[in-house]
Amino acid sequence: MSSLQSNASVSRKPGAQPRRSSLLRLSGGALIALIALAALIAFVAVPRLSNDYWLSAILIPFLVLSLAGLGLNLVTGYAGQLSLGSAAFMSVGAYATYNLLVRAPALPLAVDLLLGGLITAAVGALFGLPSLRIKGFYLIVSTLAAQFLVEWIFTRVSWFSNNDGSGVLSAPTLSAFGLKIATPAARYLLVLSVVAVVFAMAFSLVRSELGRRWMAVRDMDTAARVIGIPVGRTKLLAFALSSFVLGIAGALWAFAYLGTVEPHGFDLNLSFQVLFIIIIGGMGSIGGNFLGAAFIVLLPILLSHAAGALASVGIEAGQLQNLQKILFGTLIIVFLIKEPDGLARLVQTARNRLRDWPLRA
Amino acid sequence: MEFFLEVLVGGLLAGVMYSMVAIGFVLIYKASGVFNFAQGSMVLFGALTYVSLVERQVNPVLAFGVTLAALVLIAVLIGRLVLRPLVNRPPIVLFMATLGLSFILEGAAQLFWGAQVHGLALGIDDKPLNLAGIMISQFDIFAAATAGALVLALSLLTRRMRLGLSLRAVADDPLAALAVGVRLPRVWAIVWALAGFVSLVAGLLWGARLGVQFSLSLVVLKALPVLIIGGFSSIGGAIVGGLLIGAPEKLAEVYVGTLLGGGIENWFPYLLAMLFLLARPAGLFGEPAVERV
Repeated sequence: MSSLQSNASVSRKPGAQPRRSSLLRLSGGALIALIALAALIAFVAVPRLSNDYWLSAILIPFLVLSLAGLGLNLVTGYAGQLSLGSAAFMSVGAYATYNLLVRAPALPLAVDLLLGGLITAAVGALFGLPSLRIKGFYLIVSTLAAQFLVEWIFTRVSWFSNNDGSGVLSAPTLSAFGLKIATPAARYLLVLSVVAVVFAMAFSLVRSELGRRWMAVRDMDTAARVIGIPVGRTKLLAFALSSFVLGIAGALWAFAYLGTVEPHGFDLNLSFQVLFIIIIGGMGSIGGNFLGAAFIVLLPILLSHAAGALASVGIEAGQLQNLQKILFGTLIIVFLIKEPDGLARLVQTARNRLRDWPLRA
Repeated sequence: MEFFLEVLVGGLLAGVMYSMVAIGFVLIYKASGVFNFAQGSMVLFGALTYVSLVERQVNPVLAFGVTLAALVLIAVLIGRLVLRPLVNRPPIVLFMATLGLSFILEGAAQLFWGAQVHGLALGIDDKPLNLAGIMISQFDIFAAATAGALVLALSLLTRRMRLGLSLRAVADDPLAALAVGVRLPRVWAIVWALAGFVSLVAGLLWGARLGVQFSLSLVVLKALPVLIIGGFSSIGGAIVGGLLIGAPEKLAEVYVGTLLGGGIENWFPYLLAMLFLLARPAGLFGEPAVERV
């Protein structure tokens, strides 16, 4: 934790104007007003105006997946270390938080989440160790090893599931500040608060010295070593901090969205989904995670609404999943070809156009 | 002791099956530097198309030809629509594109042919033979012989023929190869078609054993550790890697797995590959990368 805070203070240095920060072009006052307005809408207006379906089927998974995307983006988008084990780290976070909740009921929820994240960070650093010696595609194996090993351990070792024989644990009711978190609106607010805090930290983290080191390692690790960056430590920190975020996201995924803790809720497919979020949203972008997650969550819903129309043309509802797969695959390739920086870049281009729109065609 | 030998030989033969998938990887990696995650989907696509055609009373030889033609067409399309626009982009981007490709192939295969499990009979029984007191499945021997023949043919192709020369030229330096007149798009198409052929053979062998179904595309996950040990750029390495993964995997499952509650097959090869990587980061036969600033 202390490293996070010290980095946050480093980032306030003048001249820390990164390439992709379109937010900073606004003046300070306007920025604060904008953030306050967004917070007001997200915290007050949304829970009042939306129904339970919207909250628990769309908004909560959207926010948790954004958080997971952020976690993967730190290690893959910023530090350039490809990982296919995001779901494994999420499950570590979920199980760690579950055990803390069950075995140490005295601890407040925030501490449980934090400790769960820290435990995941340690596990992430462990599986990041091979990155000191190997890189590129060979590293995929190490993260896939995490994926399979962790899934196996949580299935076989009953201590982690509190010696519950069924293998599927129902999440205990959470409470914070003496209030029970039982309704979808309460769960939404919990997720939103965590997401807001972690994203705020991440915004300054990637602008800090550590964030710059990550980008240097990503762009050319030999050159980074030559200018004196401790490459090994930088990579390990990327794995640890990424897993910290993924662990918290995993805990929220289990407690606020699924309502159960089970190894199969965190399979390889979830890892791929998180990877797609950062490809579509934008690698090396913080805000892009929201765009990517919105895309991943909304596309299947839109498709199933379109199912009625498709049924009349002779395409069965059962084929929808296959169509969705084809569509996702095509979109990935199109994005990689046409817009490698993802939706985040598209939005920024649109904004730049809009700023001097009436004056220039 | 006999039991140990049976497990060992069974493991070695299973390893040969893994190598079949790994060879497809190596071919593509050698010629285009792409780590093709879609190899598993190509296995599924090939096997599913073949078996669906045979079930519709198409002559097996004709079905094989039609499937091969479909895979060649896919190879050409991949070169045109995916590889060409992505030329000169970092390898990691190409890898992610093949991830998208695997989604498209899996979706398309199941969209056309449905998702149910198909049985596949190649006319070779899965009966155990008694060889010098050890029971070995007839089918495994057939699979091993097929793999051996494939490796022999492919290494002849890459070492002795003009085509192989251009393959190696492209692998070594695409720009220089272009400059001396190698037609890059054609080399891509040929290599991806070859990989499609290998994956069809692998798909038929795997499909005859496991049934043709979606899980066939997951053999890609079995082939990864094989690739790591053998190195990405050596066909012989893929075979050796397969043997080095297959035998310990089965032995560990039988002797250690029972102590741990079973199911360690899924991660044991990865653990093995990781330990291996720590000692030799470029695999057994891979070329170590030289770095310059």
